Amino acid sequence: MTEIPEHLRKRAEEARAKAAAAQGGDAPAADAPAASGDAPTSGDKIPVNLLDRTTPASGQTAPAGDGAPAMGSGPDGHTQRLLTVVKSGSIQDVKMTPQDKVHVWPHLLVIEFLAALAITLFTTLFSIFVNAPLLELADFNKTPNPSKAPWYFLGLQELLTMFHPMVAGVTIPGMGLILLVMAPYMDKNPSKKPEDRKFAISLMTVHFMFWAVLVMIGSFFRGPGFNFVFPWNAGLFFEL
Amino acid sequence: MAEENGKKSTGQALQERMGQMGEQMKGSQAWASIFRPGSIFRKGYSDSPRNRSYVIMNSVLYHLHPVKVKRHAVKVSYTLCLGGLSFFLFILLTVTGIFLMFFYRPTAAQAWDDIQILQTAVGFGLLVRNMHRWAAHLMVISVFLHMARVFYHGAYKPPREFNWVIGVMLLQFTLLLSFTGYLLPWDQLALWAVTVGTNMMGFTPVFGQQVRFVLLGGVEIGTDTLLRWYVLHVLMLPFVLVIFMAIHFWRVRKDGGISGPL
Repeated sequence: MTEIPEHLRKRAEEARAKAAAAQGGDAPAADAPAASGDAPTSGDKIPVNLLDRTTPASGQTAPAGDGAPAMGSGPDGHTQRLLTVVKSGSIQDVKMTPQDKVHVWPHLLVIEFLAALAITLFTTLFSIFVNAPLLELADFNKTPNPSKAPWYFLGLQELLTMFHPMVAGVTIPGMGLILLVMAPYMDKNPSKKPEDRKFAISLMTVHFMFWAVLVMIGSFFRGPGFNFVFPWNAGLFFEL
Repeated sequence: MAEENGKKSTGQALQERMGQMGEQMKGSQAWASIFRPGSIFRKGYSDSPRNRSYVIMNSVLYHLHPVKVKRHAVKVSYTLCLGGLSFFLFILLTVTGIFLMFFYRPTAAQAWDDIQILQTAVGFGLLVRNMHRWAAHLMVISVFLHMARVFYHGAYKPPREFNWVIGVMLLQFTLLLSFTGYLLPWDQLALWAVTVGTNMMGFTPVFGQQVRFVLLGGVEIGTDTLLRWYVLHVLMLPFVLVIFMAIHFWRVRKDGGISGPL
């Protein structure tokens, strides 16, 4: 028997006494099942017609199995049958695993805003102190010595000193460009870890260094006649 | 005392009146038509996860960014902001470039003088020209560094291969934009740098000379070249670049977000 809290028992007894006083002769009959402890005690709140509807089931099972949680009226007293247990993975195709995500506002937008602010500030300050070059008016009759291409093409101009113009100006940069475009299709290695990509990283680094060295020689180590000079001896022949 | 009270009440009245006008404005059809339902400009902003989503969802930023990104993606030490900075430099160059266009005529007789006048007689002319020049060099550098960063992280691997190809094209367009702009001041530096550059182009087999002729508008650099390169520089190449950028940014999102492992 479950313990009924003292105050609830008191309240139920009061209610029962009240009902008995009101109904007179009916009271002993209603009291009998309540005394056995099995029937619901708050019968007075539920309309009689609804209470009647529940009685057949409880009336049937109550004598059959005392103590056991008697419910349902199926073959073995069950109302449901368990067909099978299916693990969630086999019926739900879970493709996404939950990821640690942050809101773009404010986390990303604040960073972007600060970066934009920083680069604007840098450009403005640099522009206040350093003027863009404006040499004298273009003159077809006065070739400056040396004549240099913009710095990002100085690697090509440097190659021109070593190879035939078709090789230096077309073949080598063309091949470089094609290799660059094709890189993701030639690199079949699926790993992104640096330790698995030693060859790819070395190759690209050599490629970058090749152009960087050429650009620097072309920019700083080429003087009049595009001859090799040291900038600390002959000065700088370089305009941005 | 009475005067002070009077002043206070007029101040309060004014404040109330302003508040009412604000409410009226926010309730108007015009306001509602400008800001989408859920926009923070309709309801006001207080920090909550829902409002953080609304900032992106109900503004034009939704074209560029999703509502949420992986926590890894906002690590500055990983991306160094290089792609975003390249884009921002492009915007900065557009703004300063439009300013310069008001004072520049692309003919051999006027170009150099216009820049001289811009630098000496136009308010902020020198500063804006300097900014345009230095931002252009910075953009070449940042686009290149962005490419290097992407390569060293192996971020060009599937499914991002095609976006790498678009990116290489964007680098080429950046160089072309810079190179076409190089001629426009029409000074000795511009003329001879472009002479060296275009001479190289002429050695391309089969169609090299033809391409050179079309680009120069003749067999030698002249005032026609200036006009052609001006149109290329201020209109055609930026137009193409913007289209490629749109595809680039769209693929960034479709291929797994701004950075990091998929």
